[in-house]
Amino acid sequence: MSDDVRTDIAEAARSFGITPEDYMLPARHLIRIVDQDGKVLSTEEQGAEPGHDYPVPADEDLLEAYRRLVAGRRINDQNSALVRQGRMAVYPSSHGQEACQVAAAACLGEGDWLFPTYRDTVAVISRGVDPVEAMTIFRGDWHGGFDPRQHKVGIQSTPLTTQLLHAVGVAHAARLRGEDTVVVALCGDGATSEGDFHEALNFAAVFHLPVIFFVQNNQYAISVPLARQTVAPSLAHKAVGYGMAGERVDGNDLVALLAVLERGVRLVRGGAGPLLVEAHTYRIQAHTNADDATRYREDAEVQEWLAKDPVKRMRTYLTDRGLLTEELQSRYEQEAEDIAAALREGMNRESTPDPQDLFAHVYSVPTPQLAEQSAMLAEELSREEAS
Amino acid sequence: MSTTQNTDAGPRPGSAQTGPDTGEITVAVDAARESTTRAGGAGIPQPRPESPAAPVPAGPVTMAKALNAALADALSADAGVVVFGEDVGTLGGVFRITDGLAARFGTDRCFDTPLAESGIAGMSVGMAINGMRPVIEMQFDAFAYPAFEQIASHIAKMSNRTRGALPMPIVIRIPYAGGIGGVEHHCDSSEAYYAHTPGLKVVTPATVTDAYLLLRAAIDSDDPIVFMEPKKLYFSKDRVDLDALREQYESGASAGAGPRAALESGGAAVARTGTDATLIAYGPSVPTALAAAAAAAEEGRSLEVVDVRTIVPFDDATVSESVRRTGRAVVISEESGFASVASEIAARVQERCFHSLAAPVLRVTGFDIPYPAPKLEHHFLPGVDRILDAVDDLQWED
Ligand SMILES: Cc1ncc(C[n+]2csc(CCOP(=O)(O)OP(=O)(O)O)c2C)c(N)n1
Ligand SMILES: [Mg+2]
Repeated sequence: MSDDVRTDIAEAARSFGITPEDYMLPARHLIRIVDQDGKVLSTEEQGAEPGHDYPVPADEDLLEAYRRLVAGRRINDQNSALVRQGRMAVYPSSHGQEACQVAAAACLGEGDWLFPTYRDTVAVISRGVDPVEAMTIFRGDWHGGFDPRQHKVGIQSTPLTTQLLHAVGVAHAARLRGEDTVVVALCGDGATSEGDFHEALNFAAVFHLPVIFFVQNNQYAISVPLARQTVAPSLAHKAVGYGMAGERVDGNDLVALLAVLERGVRLVRGGAGPLLVEAHTYRIQAHTNADDATRYREDAEVQEWLAKDPVKRMRTYLTDRGLLTEELQSRYEQEAEDIAAALREGMNRESTPDPQDLFAHVYSVPTPQLAEQSAMLAEELSREEAS
Repeated sequence: MSTTQNTDAGPRPGSAQTGPDTGEITVAVDAARESTTRAGGAGIPQPRPESPAAPVPAGPVTMAKALNAALADALSADAGVVVFGEDVGTLGGVFRITDGLAARFGTDRCFDTPLAESGIAGMSVGMAINGMRPVIEMQFDAFAYPAFEQIASHIAKMSNRTRGALPMPIVIRIPYAGGIGGVEHHCDSSEAYYAHTPGLKVVTPATVTDAYLLLRAAIDSDDPIVFMEPKKLYFSKDRVDLDALREQYESGASAGAGPRAALESGGAAVARTGTDATLIAYGPSVPTALAAAAAAAEEGRSLEVVDVRTIVPFDDATVSESVRRTGRAVVISEESGFASVASEIAARVQERCFHSLAAPVLRVTGFDIPYPAPKLEHHFLPGVDRILDAVDDLQWED
């Protein structure tokens, strides 16, 4: 490593609030601004290193984020209901994690990119993707339903952490073209054990790229608790080995999440190198509708986390501050209902995917073999129709 | 030479100045290195037209040099092309295929990454999403396996999953196959894994000219292409004028039958014409098939050799046309035979040419064993004798 690079990293460490003595150790405490009862904590209690500010976002940004939070909760519950009614194949709900979902999208500018997982539908919709288009994948019509380039949102990725490397590639291409694109890449706690997690963080650090790896630590990977993934002091500590800063934040505190991620975006856009953010949160519902969470966790634990609900907390906080009126609240609820109605309408509409689409887009031009197979299917279909 | 001490067929310390020293690779320069200039067939480059500006006759060029020139010309032609991988920058690749590119085009266009093949492939996906044409190098066949998830789950499928919104114009270059006395993990014929994966195209040149033209076309293609380079042919030579090839490619002179068309709908080439039986081969096996055909000719048997060139898309038309004409076929490849590309070819020929066949289609492939240690590899590889034995078995008389 050249001395140049070292100076770079030391400076980055400083800007992230890490003392040179601690080198890359993550900030000591979880950043939390609003407690679980919706009360603002004193500056000393918020967890920031002395001299490092996590400014509370502007009032209108808080309200806008809350609006999306209300919608996000409604979207989660509507989708789960649609699965129960047999309208969708599967839905991995982020119920309980909506603050993370909203913040992951809210911190980005228009030219920035988001790389989500299967769990991050609410983040995808928060970024502006049409809810019905976003649900195409879970409805079973096609593997993806929106144009990733239009919204600068990657296709929801199921092979764990593979998308983190795509985020790195997008950031690197942007850098080569002299663009200041920031990329937020999402994954879960269990996924941090995958090889691509390691490779992506290392690549981002070595190439000094503006990527924020945002881990939603919801304590479980399907049934497997975090203790079986790692014995590191925290997931944020994993940043140390890559020469990257790591932070921890209360993942059910939307105010803290916005503060941490917006600060992160500002710093990485300014050239500080990548950042790892670990949010502590909880998946209130089962992994998917196909999962039975009672087989691996106690109800008492779920109850404990229900008391930390991110929506209720934010509502109390905004009401106490006099920002959220009854009128606004009912407007947000109505908007959420409208989205839910559109989802019901969209999912209840009969869809008939065209079988000939199977052969489109495998290659830019169908190969002779695919042309033959497509003709064979067409003939089968026309025989079916005739009989 | 030592075949067991040098794990990677890379340069030994202090040998970097002496040209393309690739360790044990140097022993690969065997009889099969003779020029394999073609006799006819689709997309075969014509002899260089007399150019008044360049009276000097074309000198011998290695396949390695042709690949290097193709990369350089692609980097010049398209600012979106980027080349990256392990040791491809300063060193120029362990086989020197990227020699001089970083110096000429800068380290933004040709660069080394950390040692992580999944990382290289995954990063190329992101760069393709963001408008670039990545050309990535896997250092050796067996070291591409860590990248398989990114290749199979994303590179191959992304365009399909997004209904064409995110095409993946990525070229994955893989030096492959044996015959170089390499130790384990350096000699795998891994083409079947990729050929079995819908969404990928799989291309492998056997001549210096094809190496240039197919690589250029692969880089320009919007489909992801696994470009498999027979490492035993890297230092095979042919008299080729690289400037003329560039002009030919960039002017699209051979459009229709050229390399772009080959990548679109399959582009096998008849490497040697014959009348009695067809040998179907690709990549490292083409020179062996040609040598077998030459030996058979001395015994009065006329064998045609078809060079598959594009495993995917497969050129059923050229292959079937040849087999229908000769009535007999042997498929030759270095891979283990079970569930192999050779098996697929044999099945396709059987389905299409059954009524023209005088004998079952036979396969001459590697055994169904892990690639052997250097001292035993000659027993594994399809050689001239084994090919001629198979030809003898094609139910000739009585
Ligand atoms: C490479 C890979 N291995 C296994 C799976 C199956 N799988 C899907 S989700 C999941 C758990 C992931 O847990 P975590 O990363 O904590 O995310 P969460 O589901 O809790 O949001 C597993 C094992 C997968 N999708 N990809
Ligand atoms: Mg989890």
